[in-house]
Amino acid sequence: MNGINPSAPAAAAEIAAELSGRSLWQDAWRRLLANRAAVAGMIILSAIALASVIGPFLLPWSYDAIDWEHIEALPPEFATGHYLGTDSLGRDLLARTLFGGRISLMVGLLATTAALLIGVTVGAVAGFVGGRTDQLLMRFVDLMYSVPLTFFVIILMVVFGRNFALMFLAIGAVEWLTMARIVRGQTLTLRNKEFIEAARASGGSTANIIVRHILPNVLGVVMIYVTLTIPQVILLESFLSFLGLGIQEPMTSWGMLINDGAAELEINPRTLIIPAAFMTTTLFCLNFLGDGLRDALDPKDR
Amino acid sequence: MTSPLLQVRDLKVHFQVRAGGIFFGTYLPLKAVDGLSFDLSAGETLGIVGESGCGKSTLGRAILQLLPATSGTVAWLGKDLTALDRAELKAHRRHMQIVFQDPLASLDPRMTAGDIIAEPLRNFETGLSSAAIKAKVREMMEQVGLLPSMVNRYPHEFSGGQCQRIGIARAMILKPKLVVCDEPVSALDVSIRAQVINLLMDFQRALNISMLFISHDLSVVRHISRRVMVLYLGRVMELADRDAIYGKPRHPYTQALILAVPIPDPDKERAKPRVLVAGDLPSPLDPPSGCVFRTRCPRATEICARAVPVLESAGVGHEVACHHWRD
Ligand SMILES: Nc1ncnc2c1ncn2[C@@H]1O[C@H](COP(=O)(O)OP(=O)(O)OP(=O)(O)O)[C@@H](O)[C@H]1O
Ligand code: SF4
Ligand SMILES: [Mg+2]
Repeated sequence: MNGINPSAPAAAAEIAAELSGRSLWQDAWRRLLANRAAVAGMIILSAIALASVIGPFLLPWSYDAIDWEHIEALPPEFATGHYLGTDSLGRDLLARTLFGGRISLMVGLLATTAALLIGVTVGAVAGFVGGRTDQLLMRFVDLMYSVPLTFFVIILMVVFGRNFALMFLAIGAVEWLTMARIVRGQTLTLRNKEFIEAARASGGSTANIIVRHILPNVLGVVMIYVTLTIPQVILLESFLSFLGLGIQEPMTSWGMLINDGAAELEINPRTLIIPAAFMTTTLFCLNFLGDGLRDALDPKDR
Repeated sequence: MTSPLLQVRDLKVHFQVRAGGIFFGTYLPLKAVDGLSFDLSAGETLGIVGESGCGKSTLGRAILQLLPATSGTVAWLGKDLTALDRAELKAHRRHMQIVFQDPLASLDPRMTAGDIIAEPLRNFETGLSSAAIKAKVREMMEQVGLLPSMVNRYPHEFSGGQCQRIGIARAMILKPKLVVCDEPVSALDVSIRAQVINLLMDFQRALNISMLFISHDLSVVRHISRRVMVLYLGRVMELADRDAIYGKPRHPYTQALILAVPIPDPDKERAKPRVLVAGDLPSPLDPPSGCVFRTRCPRATEICARAVPVLESAGVGHEVACHHWRD
């Protein structure tokens, strides 16, 4: 990504940097690469994501194929191609876990991105512009908060019927609220800082100041919250699926697998442990990555 | 005499401050700036002095339209800035800049020195190529005494004095006509104050800048200003040429302030009469009736509580707001 050779003498690096100019993003990337936990998190996360995307194509069993010869939960066995065994219906556990990862990661990523975009925009505008705009936007957020999720979901189902895409709508509608509140709070404290006033005196417009000064300064906190939101969304998806709004059998997700596995914990703990291990590993990696990103985005921390 | 660049007339900035209980509180006006008028001509420096909380920063910000004025006018080249819309105001902003008190807080912690200095250029000279911006930033850094190789450093990597130089470079890069300096050196180490002051004065001479120099350090104001305005609770107490303020102060408050300045000679310092300003600043929410200074004034009489003293002429270009300035 960046062409700076870390082994080059410091003076040469400084000159090179001066010539090329240094942006916050390049710097952040370089600092992120210097953070071992974050790099390890990134690598493992990429491995899990890659396995979820292409793994199901490579396995001998499909996620929904039932092995009629092993209807009971089968322990791991190489001969049959069930590398991590089967569930109680005789479906390959590894295939299901990887396929579930595809769904869970996609939901986590898409819904969080949506929450991020809406939440940050609303929060920054409300906090920075203030006054009536702030009142209006935040009262709307309060209103949305007060609607119970289940109720919201039922309304959506009544109006639109069962629909996979509605799940994103429901999750997005809930998750951006907290993001908006966090960003607004941060923006409020930033707004009165002298450097914002200096930017205004330098001729910056409101949009300009939000993009150039507010956003880079709230990003650290936002990153942390994003890494907390992704797992939350993944769990929310399983809840919605349970209500019948999300994905349906035989499709699956980590949340659903863990749900099913928990029911058979005593007879067949494997069905819980395997998807749970994937999910917790993902969450850990996200946390390391989030911490690393926050540090990387703060120039004071190097 | 040339016509003034900046004409401030009866400027008022009142903040609405909540007072009283949590549920049934009312809003009281806090008169941070209450009816100030003055002129500033090209290349002139007006020093503004007064205790903490007397409205100096508020005045500076209201003039630059960083705060809305409650009433009154701020005319720049004859045009009332308070009546302009956003686009017109932006066009005027390039001629008006500010240097802040806290050098580090006035710089975005996530921007490099080069980007900070270049920001006004990016806002106003959109046609400039990035190479041209870089060249200008480099030139500016040399002018304010920073090494151009520091362009890529972040504010926290600089000392306070260096941060203030970055702030000055940002303020001066568009060659402004009016600069408000809001206590630009009071956060700095004494040893580097003189350098920063001289830097500001160099720019002022080179660009013929009109300057509002806010400070509570009277010796600094004496060094840099041609005229001095003394504020108390948002009002002008005395406005006069520097030599008149320091040589023949008429207002009791000015006299007390001047006497409070330490004299370098310890014998003289010990010998000087102790007529310092006694007591605390009254609450700006509930200013005294009549003359706002009367609660601490050694010369206060009964009329001071009844009538607000108006600014009277006490000589050429010398104005005083006191019933008893002649005594
Ligand atoms: N945004 C605001 N809302 C309410 N009151 C304010 C606001 N800004 C300033 N004030 C009040 O206005 C008065 C003048 O404040 P100002 O900052 O102009 O004083 P100052 O002379 O610059 O003081 P200092 O020397 O401490 O910088 C103070 O009483 C202050 O509490
Ligand atoms: S008007 Fe009265 S109270 Fe005010 S400064 Fe003059 S003598 Fe003092
Ligand atoms: Mg101030």
